Amino acid sequence: MPQPSDTTAGVGPSPLARAHVSPWGDRAWGAGVSILGGSILVVAGLILAELGGVSLVAWKKLGLLRFLFGSDWDPVQDKFGALPFIYGTLVTSTIAIVVAVPVSVGLALFLSEMGPKQLRRPVGFAIEVLAAIPSVIFGLWGLFVMVPWLRESVEPFLQAVLGFLPLFQGPMIGLGYLAAGLILAIMILPTIASVTLEVLKTVPLALKEGALALGATRWEAIRMAVLPYARPGIVGAALLGLGRALGETMAVTMVIGNAPDIHASLFAPGYSLPAVIANEFAEATGDVHVGALASLGLVLFGITVLLNALAQVLIRAVSRGMSRGAA
Amino acid sequence: MKKFALSALLLVAGTASAGPILVTGAGATFPFPLYSKWFAEYNKAFPDIRFNYQSIGSGGGIQQFTNGTVDFGATDAPMNPDEMAKAADAVHVPTVLGAVVVTYNAPFAGLKLTPDLLAAIYLGKVSKWSDPALAKVNPGIKFPDMPITVVRRSDGSGTTYVFTDYLAKVSSEWKEKVGTGKSVSWPAGLGGKGNEGVTGLIKQTPGSIGYVELAYANQNKLPLTTLQNRDGNFVAPSLESTSAAAAGVQMPADYRVSLTNAAGATAYPIASFTYLLIHKDMADQAKGEAIVKFLWWAIHDGQKLAAPLDYAPLPKSVVSMVEKTVQGLQVQGKPVTLAAAQ
Repeated sequence: MPQPSDTTAGVGPSPLARAHVSPWGDRAWGAGVSILGGSILVVAGLILAELGGVSLVAWKKLGLLRFLFGSDWDPVQDKFGALPFIYGTLVTSTIAIVVAVPVSVGLALFLSEMGPKQLRRPVGFAIEVLAAIPSVIFGLWGLFVMVPWLRESVEPFLQAVLGFLPLFQGPMIGLGYLAAGLILAIMILPTIASVTLEVLKTVPLALKEGALALGATRWEAIRMAVLPYARPGIVGAALLGLGRALGETMAVTMVIGNAPDIHASLFAPGYSLPAVIANEFAEATGDVHVGALASLGLVLFGITVLLNALAQVLIRAVSRGMSRGAA
Repeated sequence: MKKFALSALLLVAGTASAGPILVTGAGATFPFPLYSKWFAEYNKAFPDIRFNYQSIGSGGGIQQFTNGTVDFGATDAPMNPDEMAKAADAVHVPTVLGAVVVTYNAPFAGLKLTPDLLAAIYLGKVSKWSDPALAKVNPGIKFPDMPITVVRRSDGSGTTYVFTDYLAKVSSEWKEKVGTGKSVSWPAGLGGKGNEGVTGLIKQTPGSIGYVELAYANQNKLPLTTLQNRDGNFVAPSLESTSAAAAGVQMPADYRVSLTNAAGATAYPIASFTYLLIHKDMADQAKGEAIVKFLWWAIHDGQKLAAPLDYAPLPKSVVSMVEKTVQGLQVQGKPVTLAAAQ
């Protein structure tokens, strides 16, 4: 096998000498890696092409714009609009991020900076367990435990205190955007918390020590030295969580109510993109219905790509702002 | 290496000889518990015939049957004209009946509904239990002042097809606004995935009403609503009243008929057949014979296994019709001799 000699040659001084040792081994290795790397592009391309091919019927029949911005979903009359599902996906994911990010960052800070040593282990273990629970279990727990609690305690309280906002008006049934958003928040919490924790561990000790030496309290040191340094990483962690929230199917469909409507109230039932695909695909027989469901898949794909691009921009902006602040 | 060659040899030998015959099928989930019982019992009686049935849903069953990837299909709703055009040689063989029942979560028992009321509730027009129209039909019940939360299936389903088919028959407004389908545009309510999802939502939501299959409702002891049938009688859902629905319908030769809102004094109004889809003339001698003989067994001995699993057996009039249909099936252009099975 030529590979071991390759690696030792790689440490050697002259790159030319290395090329002499085994050009074929290098080339084969290079080609192999390229194939493996390129396969991910091929897979993504095939998914897009297949989804696009199946969707085409629906676009021809419905018109792309009317499909994207239509809000009626009527399989009997072959009328399909994606807006209620896009809206439901975005609203529930937003709730999840708004709830999960502060909690996760607090949790990560507790584990890395503040918490007593004896507690860090069990809390860290609990986060890992949370990450390993299958989503259908979250859905069941949501339906049987969280939804009644929301209906009887949380939603009446929110309506009494914040009822002047359209977000918290209307009948309280427990199921709906709020329930789905909260379930998602719990599900993405371990992802965000563990990545944030890793990021916090990379903060140089000298920064913290410097802040403390200058007379900062613990909280001030975290606020002025730790968090700014970790900010790009935390944004990245949040987007990782958001990616999971957007695609989550089972838990969401069990608590969102599965009604393709658009409501301002978070108490109202809604629907999400992955949920409707999972629900209707198995028994969709008409070509247009199948096409519309595949198009929803494309829309979800598009949202994920957009968010990833946005993440790149955001992380770059945040790290640039940080280096300027440091200068 | 030797082992591989040996097993390859065995494989070839297995397909060539008249060893165990494997018949594959796919389709409806609703009759799956009964079909697995049937296949197991039949395999005990005829050990060299094995059935492999995948309950992937009626839509998938029709598709796989049409594409020829399985030997037989199974569906709850009969194939529509478009689907029939793609599989011209398909024969529908009704096996048992199912019913869709209306269940609820409210502080009273013995709810009765008229067709108009049920449609009005699902249209969102009767949205409170204190509605006077409900009290008129149920003089014995003291209704609470509670909103009615409508629950229905979120996944595409034959159960939804039968339920909406019934509503479209009894309410012109439903027919116009919503129509009949496995997934429809619901005017009101919450969606649950599967019978268990609907039941979960109903149990979790006070004041809710929803529909599930009779078998599922019986096994889970859910409260059942008594419905007024076409003859004006209030009929509780049961296996007998479900079978009665099939007896009161003018049966076409291909059985593609809706049994909802059927005539008959004791007929329960939301009933339906579930079918196996068979090719009229089958190409594979061994498999074809096995299928035809199994069907003969299913409409005779198999019917006795239906009731214990909460499926309604076919009424006698229908069995004698299906006998002729099964006798009309062919393998390589020739009918199968069924004397032994009889």
